[in-house]
Amino acid sequence: MDEPLVLMNGIDKSFPGVHALAHCDYELRAGEIHALVGENGAGKSTLMKILAGVYSKDDGTILYKGREVNIPNPRTAQDLGISMIHQELNLMGHLTVAQNIYIGREPRARINFVLDEREINKRAKELLDIIHLDIDPRIKVSNLTIAKQQMVEIAKALSFNSEVLIMDEPTAALTESEIMDLFEIIRNLRQKGVGIVYISHRLEELKLISDRITVMRDGHYIGTVLTEDTTRDEIISMMVGRTIYETAPEIPEFGNEELVLETRNLNRGNQIKDISFDLRKGEILGFAGLMGAGRTEVARAIFGADAIDSGEIFIHGSKVHIKSPGDAVAHGIGYLSEDRKRYGLSLKQDVETNLVMASYNKFLGLMGWVKTKDTSIVAKKYVDALTIKTPTIKQLVKNLSGGNQQKVVIGKWLTADTEILIFDEPTRGIDVGAKSEIYKLLNDLAAQGKSIIMISSELPEILRMSHRIVVMCEGRITGILPAEEADQESIMQLATQRNGESVEVVA
Amino acid sequence: METEITAQTQEKRSFWQSDATQKLAAFGGLIAMFIVFSLASPNFLQFSNIVGILLATAVNGILALGATFVIISGGIDLSVGTVMTLSAVMTGVFITNLGLPIPIGILGGLATGALAGLVNGSVIAKMKIPPFIATLGMLYIAKGLSLVISGLKPIYFTETPGFTKVAMGSLLGRIIPGFDVPNAVLIFFIAALIANFILVRTVLGRYTFAIGSNEEATRLSGVNVDFWKMSIYTLAGAFAGLAGVVIASRLNSAQPALGAGYELDAIAAVVIGGTSLSGGEGTILGTVIGAFVISVLTNGLRIMSVPQEWQIVITGAIVILAVYADTLRKRGQA
Repeated sequence: MDEPLVLMNGIDKSFPGVHALAHCDYELRAGEIHALVGENGAGKSTLMKILAGVYSKDDGTILYKGREVNIPNPRTAQDLGISMIHQELNLMGHLTVAQNIYIGREPRARINFVLDEREINKRAKELLDIIHLDIDPRIKVSNLTIAKQQMVEIAKALSFNSEVLIMDEPTAALTESEIMDLFEIIRNLRQKGVGIVYISHRLEELKLISDRITVMRDGHYIGTVLTEDTTRDEIISMMVGRTIYETAPEIPEFGNEELVLETRNLNRGNQIKDISFDLRKGEILGFAGLMGAGRTEVARAIFGADAIDSGEIFIHGSKVHIKSPGDAVAHGIGYLSEDRKRYGLSLKQDVETNLVMASYNKFLGLMGWVKTKDTSIVAKKYVDALTIKTPTIKQLVKNLSGGNQQKVVIGKWLTADTEILIFDEPTRGIDVGAKSEIYKLLNDLAAQGKSIIMISSELPEILRMSHRIVVMCEGRITGILPAEEADQESIMQLATQRNGESVEVVA
Repeated sequence: METEITAQTQEKRSFWQSDATQKLAAFGGLIAMFIVFSLASPNFLQFSNIVGILLATAVNGILALGATFVIISGGIDLSVGTVMTLSAVMTGVFITNLGLPIPIGILGGLATGALAGLVNGSVIAKMKIPPFIATLGMLYIAKGLSLVISGLKPIYFTETPGFTKVAMGSLLGRIIPGFDVPNAVLIFFIAALIANFILVRTVLGRYTFAIGSNEEATRLSGVNVDFWKMSIYTLAGAFAGLAGVVIASRLNSAQPALGAGYELDAIAAVVIGGTSLSGGEGTILGTVIGAFVISVLTNGLRIMSVPQEWQIVITGAIVILAVYADTLRKRGQA
């Protein structure tokens, strides 16, 4: 127990144009849960991917149980006993649970290249039983909920009998009770002497689960503290290099303004049922609920991205027919999707192009010629207004950090003069520093008279920002709470209320 | 190509969206065509006509078997047609020009196909060239080589009459008197059984699905994706080689100008059979049904005296409809 399980020293790593890691150190002991935190772009995932063999280091040494090792690919890491559960699930959707868990190590029949299906299912069932996961190993993984898929990833990592387990944002898609189950499993592993690296943005969780916390910033190692000796503020200040105080809920002034958007009885298949709500000018309307509650589906329906089966939408009192996003934009609605990289941005194009993407009709001359002088002026204006950190407007968007990418998406909708903005998980994957900038931006927009729908799975965020909170469960609205009456409990109650009954969520 | 996994909030799918329904639909379509054509013409259901259909399916079917693996893995192989021809030519070279025994010639044909497939796989895996481009290149290379090696003339097997018996003789006819189904058909069915076994029960099959479903995840799981991709394309090449041997035997000659265009029928068969071009799913049974759909359609339309040009138009329409129906079915699962 004297020497650390893993010792990384002076790790250096660069990608084209980005110096991702500079002389990073990291130490992991057996039988500890060691959290790794930092803003987006700090380098935590990169450092761990080097340990897991996904990336190769440019410089530095890695000592595993006192011996220097070279980890050129994931297989070597696995053989050493190092497993990583990535943020983006690494599962093959068309394969079953058992097939995913044992990929690359399938039990064989007597002839070596023939598979033994019965054995694979049997072993998988045993494994799943150990972690109390009640899933039929023969189910195709794509038929499982995201939470269960994550559990399958964990089962897979466990099946390697790893001594080092790296978990990258493991609780992002889990409910409270699922998180508690996960923590039980992690604690059991710690008991057995496994060293666990726990990467997470959720600082509140760290107090519950970690023994030590290492902070990284801009590719540098900042420091390591004992969890019980430190405070949230201290961690945050280490992460951002400045002190940020958690402010009390700041709900901007809001009089009873005019009705900007109203929906009545929207229905779409099994996904959304009977959705009726209204949105006022200058309001921030929060949408809370568990994953799969249907909030994104409501947003997409209003935005014309998906067709509705029945129901009506009124804008400023007049009924509108929105059959496509183009219609929605014409009516002044903008939608910032959950997955900005896939649905919000054209990553291979530059900041300027992305900013004017939704409003080209304003910049066109004869026969569709684009007035680049005008687009460039407008682009620069929004880069300044939103303090988007980019060297020039010609910088490719994929090179920006998450928070700045999000600002580009916001800028796109502002350029398009939309007055109703639907934000779907606006601060997902964005670090603490950038988050408060986004919150301030949202409040400013509301103060300017924009109407905002904010979908979020982070309760503190919703409670802090919203005037009213719509809660959904399984496709229906279960309640609309004014800010004064809302707290985490009441929202959770409504979020788990199926068809009038409350679901048992064991804490 | 990768597919993102989509999670379901409910864990069951309705009957109409299951894979079984999809197979039933394709098979049902086939039966429906049978009924329509038998009613339209009394010649359709005659033994000799059915044999004709089976025979016509055999070559395309064998090509489609190999193509199934490639497409499930998320790739595509445009070279199967001309590689088939090249294999036929090489078989001719071995048997007629070099005078080697027929079995050696057949092995040579198979090996030619496999080698071409290996080249495809290496170019795709190691040089990271997209499958469409790599196999397009092979299409031209194989076509050119067929012409060069054959000297632009067909190679005949007239001096080795045993060779044509490989495809056109009837083993079944000898076992069951009167049941004169050509060997080519038997070869096709056996090849289908082997292909199914490989796909469903072996490591190669498993990794074919895995790579097609999520190549990056498979790689990160420690599987040597490059090696298995090369294996998949080599297998497809081997099937093309087999098709080459069969067609050479059937025509009793190796025709160097033939072949280009066969790959499209093969891909059509795979797609009609329910295999998705985006990879990750598919079955051999589906491909076999798909191959029959095409040949039954062509045969039936010809018996009804529909001009050949129209047969081709209708085949194209069927391909689109079949894939559209499958898209609708999958969309319903979301």
